[in-house]
Amino acid sequence: MSVLVNRHTRVLCQGFTGRQATFHCEQALLYGTNVVGGVTPGKGGSRHLDRPVFDTVGEAVAATGADASVIYVPAPAAADAILEAASAGIKLVVCITEGIPVGDMMRVKALLPPTTRLIGPNCPGIITPDECKIGIMPGVIHKPGSVGIVSRSGTLTYEAVQQTTVTGLGQTTCIGIGGDPIHGLTFVDCLRLFAGDPATRAILMVGEIGGGEEEEAAAFIAQEVDKPVVAYIAGVTAPPGRRMGHAGAVIAGARGTAAAKKAALAAAGVTVVDSPADMGRAVVERLERR
Amino acid sequence: MPLFSEDGRVRLHEYQAKALLARRGLTVPPGLVAPTPAAVYAAAAALGGDEWVLKAQIHAGARGKAGGIRRVGRAALGGAIGDLLGRRLVTAQTGPLGQPVHHLLVERPVAAAGELYIACALDRGSGRRLILASATGGVDIESGAPPLSVAVDPLAGLQAYEGRALARRLGLTGRLIERFAKIAVTLAETATASDALLVEINPLMVSADDQLIVADAKIEIDDNALFRQAELSALRDPRQGDEKDEAAHAKGLQYIALDGDIGCLVNGAGLAMATMDLIALAGGKPANFLDVGGGTTAAKVAEALELVMDDARVKAVFVNIFGGIVRCDLIAEGLLQAAARLHRPLPIVVRLVGTRQDEGLALLAQSGLPIDVTADLAQAAGLAVRRAQEAA
Repeated sequence: MSVLVNRHTRVLCQGFTGRQATFHCEQALLYGTNVVGGVTPGKGGSRHLDRPVFDTVGEAVAATGADASVIYVPAPAAADAILEAASAGIKLVVCITEGIPVGDMMRVKALLPPTTRLIGPNCPGIITPDECKIGIMPGVIHKPGSVGIVSRSGTLTYEAVQQTTVTGLGQTTCIGIGGDPIHGLTFVDCLRLFAGDPATRAILMVGEIGGGEEEEAAAFIAQEVDKPVVAYIAGVTAPPGRRMGHAGAVIAGARGTAAAKKAALAAAGVTVVDSPADMGRAVVERLERR
Repeated sequence: MPLFSEDGRVRLHEYQAKALLARRGLTVPPGLVAPTPAAVYAAAAALGGDEWVLKAQIHAGARGKAGGIRRVGRAALGGAIGDLLGRRLVTAQTGPLGQPVHHLLVERPVAAAGELYIACALDRGSGRRLILASATGGVDIESGAPPLSVAVDPLAGLQAYEGRALARRLGLTGRLIERFAKIAVTLAETATASDALLVEINPLMVSADDQLIVADAKIEIDDNALFRQAELSALRDPRQGDEKDEAAHAKGLQYIALDGDIGCLVNGAGLAMATMDLIALAGGKPANFLDVGGGTTAAKVAEALELVMDDARVKAVFVNIFGGIVRCDLIAEGLLQAAARLHRPLPIVVRLVGTRQDEGLALLAQSGLPIDVTADLAQAAGLAVRRAQEAA
């Protein structure tokens, strides 16, 4: 079992013929992902990586039955690509692109239908080991297993994955929700999915300073998650940074510091590790304690 | 990925922000910007009167309390210019070195009957902009009661009636209601049109005849939107930033100087923060935050290593790369080339994980340079701290 993606997921790639997309789609195909085609406006009718290329997502969905899409479109056009996928009925949109203007993501958030789930942008993607890899993560470090991983980071996610692989637990599904201020799936969304997945025996969440999502996750865990949860919050030693405007400071309030996030999670019964080297070990210990 | 909330933004100077708001119909005090003492005198003469306000133009607030804003008559003009122009101004919001003052904004004094606060800022929780307002503006806005707020619809913008309702909640009456509402709508429009993450007027002065005047303004533009904001992009003032941070920025590296002695070179912002945490847990202090990007290259790592080692305080370097798909042998070659070019034989601890990690680690171990290699995270951090202590 897994969440959101599995061996039956039919994946479309937007920005398919670009350099990055080509490289990562090759990797995804080697991993066994069911990549059914791609979209590059103007190149419809051709083939790329032995898959059909379409001009629009609508045409691609009609021809291939794709139900998920991965976006490698450059930042200026990426928000439009997300909305195009949603309008074509794609249920899961994974946006890898980094550097999308905040103003564009505001528009996406306002227009995205509730029937479409967005992961990212500026994220590594989502993977269900040995079944479906959508994104830029190295497939080889993953192993099918029992831990659900959700993270705001990229390479730090790989660190968490590797530790759960080395300790033998493996992963059900790993989701990188991305580090941008406005993004799709949140920690709470992913925790809800993992809580409802019978194969997920424990959840590992990797947060970082800024925003208030870890605090919201803590409140959700206290109320609705009875599986073991382990968390690491990066940035305990990060300096408070040069000051931002009054308005920002007022909005942020006391939220957003690593200390506040760790305290909230610990109060919710989460095992919070101080060292990023201890993530995998802590999950093992929590499962043994059960 | 964003690390500190103020990163990823181009800040405008006060005079630039006021010019932008004036173009959208807001009232600003009569003023001229001046880069030289002669230009200050010329500006004062052109503005007329016998008293002026000189305002140091730096990318930080709390200028008033730090002496960066002077109200002077003709006799004191020269002294105030000498105190400010060409100097560095240290305020509660700058580092200990302060920020350089290259321009003074010369304004006619404005008589205020009252002060308000208004801003348009990003609320990441709701994914919308908020208009924030308070009936008590001025320098102590943060310590007062939290401001009132109204969300700006990302598609429709702020409606005038929402601005009027906000004015009433602030207790404004009469002509001030419409005038305040217009400013609220203009702020929302300016933020959207300029891709600004913050547009702040503090204080918004209320004159005796109920005019609302922009006495100070701050605007921060979203870095990611600069491709479509050519005019605002040109207003970036690299002299206001840390020299090294700016040099790194130009190379596409995220660098922030800190006060320790262990140089850090990491791929990915989250892992870079985690690496700083690890160093602290091992009893050391990081000299910097440096993210070379998640999918990094040998050339970028080489450039980054030069940047880190070009810091006299650094006693040891900790390179932490989770290569993943990136080939570790290529990263190792990049590191070796850079290390060979540099004259400081600093101890380097390298932790490399990913494709061909064994080949990469072997290359480094056999180089004859003072490089320790390991694939273990905690062990690497401990080694880096020990090497720095030995070198101190």
